[in-house]
Amino acid sequence: MQIPYTVAARPDTGLHNSKLGIWLFLASEVMLFGALFSAYILLRVAASEWPHGSQLLNVPLAFLNTVILIGSSVTMVMSWASLMMKDFQKYRRYMGLTILCGFGFLVVKGFEYGAKFSHGLFPSEDLFYATYFTLTGLHGLHVIGGIIVNLYFWGPGSRMWKTEPERFTNRVEVAGLYWHFVDLVWIFLFPILYLL
Amino acid sequence: MEHTSAEDIKKHVRTYILVFVALLVLTIVTVGVSYLHLSIVPAVILALLIASIKGALVASYFMHLISEKKLVYFTLILTVVFLITLLSLPLLGFHDTIQ
Repeated sequence: MQIPYTVAARPDTGLHNSKLGIWLFLASEVMLFGALFSAYILLRVAASEWPHGSQLLNVPLAFLNTVILIGSSVTMVMSWASLMMKDFQKYRRYMGLTILCGFGFLVVKGFEYGAKFSHGLFPSEDLFYATYFTLTGLHGLHVIGGIIVNLYFWGPGSRMWKTEPERFTNRVEVAGLYWHFVDLVWIFLFPILYLL
Repeated sequence: MEHTSAEDIKKHVRTYILVFVALLVLTIVTVGVSYLHLSIVPAVILALLIASIKGALVASYFMHLISEKKLVYFTLILTVVFLITLLSLPLLGFHDTIQ
């Protein structure tokens, strides 16, 4: 049986199902990160002292990662726009760039984590590092998840372009919505952890 | 965005580039502001304000929320209400302090 409403909009929602599905998923993601942000506020407000992020963390590297992630959001939306303009080669190029940016982000993050670990700084060090590693760790897992999905749509998953181009375009748009959300979370994590 | 033509997309591409530049500028601004060493309250307000503008740009243009269907808006309004509730929960601590 064919899955209904992957391309056509459902009459009652006005959306194809994957679009509504990803937004409901992202709503749950907002609550997941929201709970951790809330815990962070509680811990920080209650703490007798809290270090300024820039004294302990590497701001230039985090700035670089912010630029990488914002750049990847642009290439992601460009990959979808390329499909809308029926240019599959361009899609592959932009999607490839998005994946590379994702890996770039993880490599930079790896250097940051590595520097902390080599100084014996682990989540168990104190409340600051516990929240830092928890928040950036969960975000990092989301980046890894996004890379896996994007790799599939760059590689084997892109075969669908030949048989069902509209459905494939919708898939890329939905993957993009997730990727932009991961970017959005970082936009808040960066100032909260590193600059305040 | 369902019925967007190729010409529309070309216009969108220009917008994406502009949003990208705006996001870069705001990122530099937020780092620059942190070097001013403001006291904590204005620093938090300013940092969150800039982050919110950046977040709004990403959501509006990259995630197409500027022209989305009603049901998505309803879903997100509900999400925001719950998020604000969640973020406000620590405030309850002020009314229930250990004596």
